[in-house]
Amino acid sequence: MLPRNPIDPDAMKRTLYSILFFLALLILWAAATGTFGGEALWSPFVLPPPGTVARYLWDNTLDGRIPLSMLITLRRLLIGYAIGLLCGVPLGMLAARFRFLHDTLGLMALGLQALPSVCWVPLACIWFGQTEAALLFVVIMGTLWSVLLSTENGMKNVPPIYARAARTMGCSPLKTLLFVTLPASAPFVLSGMKQGWAFAWRSLMAAEIYVSVVSGFGIGQHLHYGRELQRMYQVIGIMFIIIAIGLLADKIIFSPAESWLRHRWGTDRD
Amino acid sequence: MQTTIHHEINAFPAAKLSIENVSKDFDTRTGVVRALDNVSLTINEGEFVCFVGPSGCGKSTLLNIIAGLDTPDRGMALIDGAPIAGPGRDRMVMFQEHALFPWLDVIGNVMFGLRQKPNLTDKERLEVAKYYLWLVKMDNFAHANIHELSGGMRQRVALARSLAPNPKILLMDEPFSALDAMTREQLYGDIQDIWQKRRKTIIFVTHNVREAVCLGSRVILFSPHPGRIREQFDIDLPRPRNINNHDLADLSQSITSALKGYVAAESD
Repeated sequence: MLPRNPIDPDAMKRTLYSILFFLALLILWAAATGTFGGEALWSPFVLPPPGTVARYLWDNTLDGRIPLSMLITLRRLLIGYAIGLLCGVPLGMLAARFRFLHDTLGLMALGLQALPSVCWVPLACIWFGQTEAALLFVVIMGTLWSVLLSTENGMKNVPPIYARAARTMGCSPLKTLLFVTLPASAPFVLSGMKQGWAFAWRSLMAAEIYVSVVSGFGIGQHLHYGRELQRMYQVIGIMFIIIAIGLLADKIIFSPAESWLRHRWGTDRD
Repeated sequence: MQTTIHHEINAFPAAKLSIENVSKDFDTRTGVVRALDNVSLTINEGEFVCFVGPSGCGKSTLLNIIAGLDTPDRGMALIDGAPIAGPGRDRMVMFQEHALFPWLDVIGNVMFGLRQKPNLTDKERLEVAKYYLWLVKMDNFAHANIHELSGGMRQRVALARSLAPNPKILLMDEPFSALDAMTREQLYGDIQDIWQKRRKTIIFVTHNVREAVCLGSRVILFSPHPGRIREQFDIDLPRPRNINNHDLADLSQSITSALKGYVAAESD
């Protein structure tokens, strides 16, 4: 991660190194594709020059095609992720509480978490057809199990003294669960949410490349048609968009939440 | 509103506690252990009582029964004549480890107990919380995170959290045992001061005789296997007491001898 305070000379040096590194990669790419004159090492069908990719991204952003499919993709992701969270956290809490659920649901979660959720795509297409529901299902399967397992794990790692203290302060069992045990397991739940997000994002991309859905043309489908039409500049451009969305989610949502937790719990200190 | 806070802070509830023929067994791998054997005890309103004894003497078990975290197998524990059915806001517990919530800051922790108390607005709760932070000399750390505090400061916050809902009885389970001697001595002064100001019934569990003599108006000596009350001592030394005081040292010496006497008698 880049250092936070840009005035610190050491931090400036580190930022500079990062910039130089990526600049060097870009120059290498440009040189290899003949941007600075001379023969291109590969045909532009195999490796298009950065200028072509940039032009593709620029034009398709301006005419609204990329923003629209980003919206479609993010909508699928957010709805599926939200459903996965809303089911995963309570189910994880129940699995931590009742041994019966741990032995049944918990075991199933463990098994299904090991299954890359893109493996659900064939079944999802049979069950739901080429619809939004099929894609949502795949996203939910990516999110649900890791959130469930990490919530269960987190609840089991809460020191029992917190619940005892809450009970002596007059908390009912339900209040203790919601306002003590759940926040106490926040570091675990968050890491499960992060893993769930990563799984959901990857599986949605795979599903969109794999399945054409009439209800909307997502980012993954752009990549798929880039391949069909042999437009590698489109494929690479879309790859950049996918990377950008993944990074932004991390920087905007998960990193701040994690650093807040580390600061509050004191785990950021040596 | 001002009057509510005034009442909240200036009400001095204290309770009378009766323990009647309480017994409690625990199942262990080596068989049944009788943690408490037919223990009876009366604690008056506003008393500062210390339970002392070696480990396994049932002093913490009795504290947990009074807290409502544990139930007796036989006998009854009554508070103001009513049987104790479970934990309640009239009895607050301060644990050996601080048990503060790391996801809340200092004032958030003190507010937590207050939030469980109905009939107060959040603004009033905040006022009350600030008052108790001031009382334990932690008012400058209201927004600090728990991990930023020293062990002594954490126990001060835990004390404020237990005091804030204005319980009738304060139950303290070896609260200072993990602290260094200097910090402990400071807290001995503070807790006596707070007891005199707040007029609470305090039950303080410790294995340190001198600590018990320094704090308690009555010291109750427990003996183990099975857990029983062996002897009781009224401590009439003037307050505030200093743990390094000569009279206090002499008195705790004689109590320690009593303790050693029956521990030795048991091993014969």
